[in-house]
Amino acid sequence: MPAPSPDNAGRPAADSVFAASGDIATEVTRIADGDARDLDALRKLDPDQIDGARPKKRLGLFFWFAAGFFILVVVLAITAPWLPIKNPAKIVGRPRIAPNSQFWFGTDALGRDIFCRVIWGARASLAVGFLSILFGGVVGTAVGVAAGYLRGKTETVLMVAMDVLLSFPALLLALAIVNFTDSKTILTVSIALGLVAVAPTARLVRANALIYGQKDFVLAARLLGANHVRILRREILPNIVPPLLSFSIIAIAVAMVAEGGLSFLGLSIDAASTATWGNMIVSGKPALENGAPWISLIPSAVLFLTVLALNFSGDRIREYTDVKEG
Amino acid sequence: MSDASPHAQNSPLLEVKNLSTSFRTEHGVVHAVDDVSFVLDRGKTLGVVGESGSGKTVLARSIMGLLPKRNVIREGHVLYEGEDVISYNEKQMSKVWGAEMAMVFQDPMTSLNPVMKIGKQITESLRHHLGVDKDEANATATALLRQVGIPEPERRLSEYPHQLSGGMRQRVTIAIALACGPKVLFADEPTTALDVTVQAQILDLLDDLQRDRHMAMILVSHDLGVVASRTDEIMVMYGGKVVEQASTSELFGNVRMPYTEALLRSIPRIEDPSHTRLEAIPGRPPNLLSPPTGCNFAPRCRYVQERCLVEEPPLESENGHAWRCWYPVGTDSKREALARNLAPGVPIGIPAPGSMSSVGDR
Amino acid sequence: MAGSGTAHLRDASAAILRAENLVVEFPLGSTGLKVHAVSDVSLDLLPGETLGLVGESGSGKSTTARALMQMPTPNSGSVFLEQKNLTELSGSDLRELRPQMQMIFQDPISSLNPRRKVTDIVAEPLKIWKRGTTVEQYELVDRVLESVGIDPEGARSRRPSEFSGGQCQRICIARSLMLEPKLLICDEPVSALDVSVQAQILNLLQDLKEQHGLTMLFIAHDLAVVKNVSDRVAVMYLGKLCEVGDPDALYSTPAHPYTKTLLDSIPHPDPDAPKGDFAGLSGEIPSPVAPPSGCRFRTRCPNAQELCEQVEPVMTAVGEDHYVACHFPLLGTPVTL
Repeated sequence: MPAPSPDNAGRPAADSVFAASGDIATEVTRIADGDARDLDALRKLDPDQIDGARPKKRLGLFFWFAAGFFILVVVLAITAPWLPIKNPAKIVGRPRIAPNSQFWFGTDALGRDIFCRVIWGARASLAVGFLSILFGGVVGTAVGVAAGYLRGKTETVLMVAMDVLLSFPALLLALAIVNFTDSKTILTVSIALGLVAVAPTARLVRANALIYGQKDFVLAARLLGANHVRILRREILPNIVPPLLSFSIIAIAVAMVAEGGLSFLGLSIDAASTATWGNMIVSGKPALENGAPWISLIPSAVLFLTVLALNFSGDRIREYTDVKEG
Repeated sequence: MSDASPHAQNSPLLEVKNLSTSFRTEHGVVHAVDDVSFVLDRGKTLGVVGESGSGKTVLARSIMGLLPKRNVIREGHVLYEGEDVISYNEKQMSKVWGAEMAMVFQDPMTSLNPVMKIGKQITESLRHHLGVDKDEANATATALLRQVGIPEPERRLSEYPHQLSGGMRQRVTIAIALACGPKVLFADEPTTALDVTVQAQILDLLDDLQRDRHMAMILVSHDLGVVASRTDEIMVMYGGKVVEQASTSELFGNVRMPYTEALLRSIPRIEDPSHTRLEAIPGRPPNLLSPPTGCNFAPRCRYVQERCLVEEPPLESENGHAWRCWYPVGTDSKREALARNLAPGVPIGIPAPGSMSSVGDR
Repeated sequence: MAGSGTAHLRDASAAILRAENLVVEFPLGSTGLKVHAVSDVSLDLLPGETLGLVGESGSGKSTTARALMQMPTPNSGSVFLEQKNLTELSGSDLRELRPQMQMIFQDPISSLNPRRKVTDIVAEPLKIWKRGTTVEQYELVDRVLESVGIDPEGARSRRPSEFSGGQCQRICIARSLMLEPKLLICDEPVSALDVSVQAQILNLLQDLKEQHGLTMLFIAHDLAVVKNVSDRVAVMYLGKLCEVGDPDALYSTPAHPYTKTLLDSIPHPDPDAPKGDFAGLSGEIPSPVAPPSGCRFRTRCPNAQELCEQVEPVMTAVGEDHYVACHFPLLGTPVTL
């Protein structure tokens, strides 16, 4: 039986599981890692003075490209109704016209303009992406914070629920919900996909709430007389938001792709009423071999680029806002 | 190493000559260890004393070749039994590690693999280096554990590190370090993470083992108390440089470097009456990215003169006692320097010893 | 069962803090076993006094500190802050008293929220208690930061990671002083700091104590540090107090064998220091899950007798303001310091 030290009772043991080995050879790699930390320590020697010499953190050119592209997509999606573009549902020409100066992205199998459908499709796709992660994020954060900060029975119950939720195959779960509600609107699809995001978000938030809840600054705040709400708002959430944000950005991208997946199964937003990138890609499937690959490929490419831009800029923002602890 | 064996008898066990180690960082080059030299004979102990960032840990790892290759510049010579091992590659060094030089780390919890049984951790390096079979390795491991004072060693072999107390874990890491019979043992703050009574036990153990095996030891510590009674020679490091180097009795009996003196004065002493005002050292260790011109310690030194802020003092040596100061302690020039600084209307912004705490360590 | 006694406690009406028979136990997982972290500890602090609480890891000294702060509330025993029993107060009444007792911790970096600006961290206590206008709050922050040796100008836009450990500890001290507490509990405040910075912080605490008329509980494992700051010292071992007394008396003539062992274990920064008859402490600190019967130190004590196994020793006076819980106290055997 290990002798638990009363001084540390109630605190989790240091998580040094990946730290080391007794073998000399592995010891060396450990030291190599350790010295990365030594370098950090050296850097920390005098942050005051280093500050002057430290090059300002930069986001970099690629970030602005990526962010610019993403913002463009968002702006176009929002302003679509006022843009001088054609009606996405209207047949404007012959079917399957290759991209040209009149139809920049060509026309689809029914003769609708793909360019304007991509812009209108962005509305639905982005809406599903944001709404689902907003839903998943809010519910997941609430669950995660409750479990990780309050601990005790609340934690046990909530985390078992999350484990159950996680053990369903994600798409199957979304599928069941869409099927069950039998309505294929942006809202139901978002809730379905958002539900899938609840469990991973909750786990991430709980893990962070656990870590930060144990920090001395939280204890200090309690000893100062701060109530739980204030501690959560001032001390814990600000430390959870950054990892949550970078997770959410990736989750939005995943949700947008998942919407495409649901479209493939015919379980996403009705193609007849609303264009989404997902159902556009699906509708182009038969034409892939019929000499009109752009019907599918163009929305695919836009989806791909948007997701890539989102992931990349999300990563950079996370690095940029990272605060060194200690 | 076979070529070197003829003179191995004449040459000292370990000789470090002008060893410098720098790190390339995104903010510039950091000279973590700057021009360090010493000789270590069999059976002797060298104490390396310094605060965090003084370069003491980097020095130990640099000698052992344990630093990553990337962004690390090592210059100088590390002569082990007359053979310069600084140019050795990792494969060559792996023959040296364990069998010739070994290291005990500060934190036994992180230097042991938490998911591997203690027996396995000891026998692995035995089998790797000495190529002995499993039974023999187990027998040796048991003997080693007994040697380092672990009760019921047979049972411990099949336990995990978390089942042991901190002191026992450190004994295990010592056993691992000793497994292949090294001739030099590097002990990097081996007792810093331990309680004072356990610290005494571990230091005694290291003493005994060193005597039995006629091993040389480099004891790295921030605690002058720890090195005072356990070493033959001491190197005091500050900002990557050796600032004082002498035999232990000479160093404590005849301090020359103001930094060493200040350090000795700033630590609370058990024999002083309660509430004795401490002579704190103002400021904090230098930033190695942009070290001060002149003497590294000058901005914090109570004896500081114009010259110290401009010109870097060399490592001066007299009868085996070396120091890096223009106005060494115990000389007339030093007394004059202090008198000048304490005189009213001193131009240099040096706080009087009594008012130091309020100055802060900015 | 005999307790550790309260002979060392002084006039209850004079004490600013008085803890009687504190017990803190943690359940050990779902085994039904308990960790006896603090067992029947009593201590008191007179106004303006610094009590040094010294012990090794596992002695329960930090747990004692937290129990005093009701974080968590001790399993039994009482804590009086100026004669108000904290253990019986409701959550909101206890909260009202929080500003009067503050705490600083061992790891100054983990004690500061990495995402907040230093001035905001230090202003937080005032914001929690809505004291003064924002302008007044930040004026006070500046003054207090200055008094602990931090340039308020530089602290305004910086986060804790841009300060060194010693500076972070100064910031923590500043925060703890914002509400003008009567009692400051320092839990190993210098053990994470560099040797050359330690003395700065110790001197600073000493100065602030005088300026603010603070009463301090100073917890540390370093006996020399504790002696330096304390008016009275209490030695803890495995959840119990061993010895309490005036530092000079306690260090020069320790009455408890454990205190003597501790003192003998300290390495002296002097190669010629006499080693004494120190034989070292045998064995390991027993598990607090199943502490030894009778005297908890008996399993490692060189003088242990049958009595020590059967009867727990009670605090008794062995000199003026010198109390020990030992059946066979060492008397007149001064340690070689």
